[in-house]
Amino acid sequence: MNMYRVIAIIRKEFIHILRDPRSLGMAIAMPILLIFLFGSSLSLDVDHVPLVVWDQNGTHESREFIGRFTASRYFDLNGHVTSYAEIEEAIDKREAILALVIPREFSRKLESGRKADVQLIADGSDANTATIAIGYAQMVADGYTSSLLLKAADQQGAKRVKIPVEVQPRVWFNQNMLAKNYIIPGLIAVIMMVISALLTSLTIAREWENGTMEQLITTPLTPSELIVGKLTPYFAIGMLDVVLAVLMGQYLFEVPLRGNTALVFGMAALFLPGALTMGMLISIMTRSQLLASQLAMVLTFLPSFLLSGFMYSIANMPIVIQGLTYLVPSRFFIVILKNIYLKGAGFAIILTEAGILLLFAVVLIVVANIKLKKRLV
Amino acid sequence: MLVSNNSEYAVTVKDLEKRFGSFQAVNKVSFQVRRGEIFGFLGPNGAGKSTTMRMLCGIIIPTAGEATVNGFDVFHQAEQIKNHIGYMSQKFSLYEDLTVEENIDFYSGIYQIPMVEKKNRKDWVVKMAGLDEHRNSLTAILPGGWRQRLALGCALLHKPPVIFLDEPTSGVDPISRRSFWELIYQLAAEGITVFVTTHYMDEAEYCDRLAMIYRGELVAIGTPDELKVKYMNNDVLNLECLDPFGALQAVNGIPEIREAALFGRGLHLAVNDASSSIPIIIKALQERKLVYTRLEKIIPSLEDVFVSIIESRDSSAGL
Amino acid sequence: MDAIKAIGLTQKFGDNTAVKNLTINIKEGEVFGLVGPDGAGKTTVMRLLAGLIAPTAGDAWVYGCHTVEDSGQLSNHISYMPQRFGLYMDLTVQENIDFYADLYNVPRQIRKEKTAELLAFSNMIPFRDRLARNLSGGMKQKLALACALIHTPKVLLLDEPTNGVDPLSRRDFWRILYKLLEEKVTIFVSTAYLDEAERCGRIGLLHRGELILFGTPDEVKTHMSGVLIEIRCAEPRQILADLRTKLTLVSAGLFGAKIHLVLSGEPNQILEMVKNTLKEMGVQAEAEIVGPSLEDVFISMIRPIEGSDASV
Repeated sequence: MNMYRVIAIIRKEFIHILRDPRSLGMAIAMPILLIFLFGSSLSLDVDHVPLVVWDQNGTHESREFIGRFTASRYFDLNGHVTSYAEIEEAIDKREAILALVIPREFSRKLESGRKADVQLIADGSDANTATIAIGYAQMVADGYTSSLLLKAADQQGAKRVKIPVEVQPRVWFNQNMLAKNYIIPGLIAVIMMVISALLTSLTIAREWENGTMEQLITTPLTPSELIVGKLTPYFAIGMLDVVLAVLMGQYLFEVPLRGNTALVFGMAALFLPGALTMGMLISIMTRSQLLASQLAMVLTFLPSFLLSGFMYSIANMPIVIQGLTYLVPSRFFIVILKNIYLKGAGFAIILTEAGILLLFAVVLIVVANIKLKKRLV
Repeated sequence: MLVSNNSEYAVTVKDLEKRFGSFQAVNKVSFQVRRGEIFGFLGPNGAGKSTTMRMLCGIIIPTAGEATVNGFDVFHQAEQIKNHIGYMSQKFSLYEDLTVEENIDFYSGIYQIPMVEKKNRKDWVVKMAGLDEHRNSLTAILPGGWRQRLALGCALLHKPPVIFLDEPTSGVDPISRRSFWELIYQLAAEGITVFVTTHYMDEAEYCDRLAMIYRGELVAIGTPDELKVKYMNNDVLNLECLDPFGALQAVNGIPEIREAALFGRGLHLAVNDASSSIPIIIKALQERKLVYTRLEKIIPSLEDVFVSIIESRDSSAGL
Repeated sequence: MDAIKAIGLTQKFGDNTAVKNLTINIKEGEVFGLVGPDGAGKTTVMRLLAGLIAPTAGDAWVYGCHTVEDSGQLSNHISYMPQRFGLYMDLTVQENIDFYADLYNVPRQIRKEKTAELLAFSNMIPFRDRLARNLSGGMKQKLALACALIHTPKVLLLDEPTNGVDPLSRRDFWRILYKLLEEKVTIFVSTAYLDEAERCGRIGLLHRGELILFGTPDEVKTHMSGVLIEIRCAEPRQILADLRTKLTLVSAGLFGAKIHLVLSGEPNQILEMVKNTLKEMGVQAEAEIVGPSLEDVFISMIRPIEGSDASV
């Protein structure tokens, strides 16, 4: 690799960027805008879920079970109903998102030590909230079950358990369950993935479309010089975007950063080359600016949002999809950022993820080098 | 199609001007084009050729002056003009993802060709463009010369009495260009007025009359032969030799030579007076032991004329 | 040493053979002109020689470097100027030149001298700081050439460099090219302008991927089939139409006020026949045998092959 030529490319790319204030503005404004919009609107907090109950059993046990729901801050009891028609009506009128149906034999089954089923009906039109509400309901039911087991053990056992074991779900590292504290670090990772790929998706395709690539191929310039030269200026912009994003997290959303700020930037510096090269690889393969930018958008936006563990827990995904998530670099960056932000983790803890990010960058750069052949066809 | 005036002229232009902001694209241009004439509009890129043509086609409104096309006024009757002209732009406005026939059908629709005539006109275009075997080929796969003839055919579907061609042969190879000009002569023979812009000097020779435009101003007008006599204020010598570049260097220092340029396989030398300059040039060539096969005064080419006019303009403008 | 050598060079794109069995030798310091209609394969030949595409069959060497095996070496010796030249429109004239100078590692001092020289020669010094986007077509081409020449290549490959360029810029352009011959640079240029082809030492006519003529312009002109007669008269269009009915013509064309006729046979007899015919028609006209231009030759060569392309 010849440094003069790399510098020649870097200088030229910087001129392109500076001569095109609109694109530069976009590169800086877009992440700010996205973080602002998603940060303010994406709230994963679900509480005060409106609930209706059809208690067919009407016993002490069933009322105790219902009491567990009303006691939690996640549910608001909006009334009792006595038929499925009423449940439907309540859901239609949005008086309820969740309906709990306790069957007639609920208490009898419990007494005989059999499994007692209850029915949960959720408004699937808001799938996200419904999923989370069902999760909470599950948690409440689990709590009730374990307390029953304890009670049963208590009654049967000769030895009395001194301290009753109680399952108390407790969320660590984000004690107030403030969604933003946990959304913002993930959001930074997701947005940086999308922005990085978009930034570089145009670069090589533009050279093809303008016919300058044909010229560059015939010069002594090597593919690696071109790639490194092109990555550098966008790396600088990417880092600037990260700084802005972190500042927004700190001052606009007031997300506490427990860990080391330098570590955040260090990890971003490890993440960006891979993300930027991904955009460049798309650009190399498509040779068309329009196609490249669309593809970069689709290939980074969807996986980063859906498969990175940002929106949906990876553990709940089908096993095949779980496998796919290993191919999404933002998945690891999210883990890293959440660890630094929420747990104040040091480098040792995120070593594996950092290693994977490095591996991504290396593999992508090697592939880009191979794909950027010095040939026309 | 009806010709709505019986005047001798298809196009009349008087003191026509167009300003874009502070930029004077066309400055007080006047000329007339006779019916059935092939009128060439010549000039470098950005001289105002296309702007003038677009004003005449009713696509842009002039800033000042007067102009009529086929008797219609460009200021107030732009829509009538559009019905009576054909226009072919540099980029051949064809749809590449449509077939030859589909393109023709599309333009038939645009020009509202009556159903009864439609098939006739289509066959005429296909035959004229020599595309009989390619009726159902996608336009994108046709070579440049064929696409150009198809574009011309589409512009002629409604039998306009005047046709405007904006650099119709740019990017087309010489052989297709010659075929294209044969078509243009045919059209002129049928009485169609052809107004064509070009920057190919050899093509300009094919025109009946020429106007040269430079920096928005009309700098010369006349038949090709008139231009060569009227606007050349110096003689042109043709020097044929084995080593044109050596000769170019040999003659470069001679003060009598106003301009020396490589031309064909020799040099064209612009001198004030041929008879007094020839001996000086011969001496210079002999000093360098350069062999030449011919040195004589010639009728200048249009390129010589063009360059001479532009250089005298530039030097008087102090550039 | 041959500056360019190709043996059996063939390029297929699917079923379409763009270049067929091309064998040529170009000497060092020669100006070679490649001419041919659109789609004849000119650009493909250029790209093969520049090492941009690997040939389907055959081999080519440029300045001793094999275009596929030594492509790394090759790039140090050549400059290739594609039809749509690689100028960056958002860079100034100076920045474009500097960029290419950097890519070729041209030392500062030499760069400065060469830039000054190239800009002066192309009459572009006043436009140094202008964005390439704002240059006229002719100036863009001259800038492109300056970029291609900043590193003094041994072989210069130019793909239709003067297409759409006004005559003044074309004159500057050729002046620069001829200057290169002093430095023994080999120039391989494809062109659509046949007056430019006349300036080349040797020319080749490419048609449907095959080299059908090769030689000096004079050698090539001996391949003209038939005798070319030029007639100057008033009302040439009408007279040509009449002549077509009276004579057996190989081809005929109008050139402004002139008529060109091509007939086969013994030149002087034919001239007599034409003159007599004109006399019979009662036309005042001058007729003479003229040497064909390259355009006349090429058209006489290509038209018979390309029957389907006959337009009139």
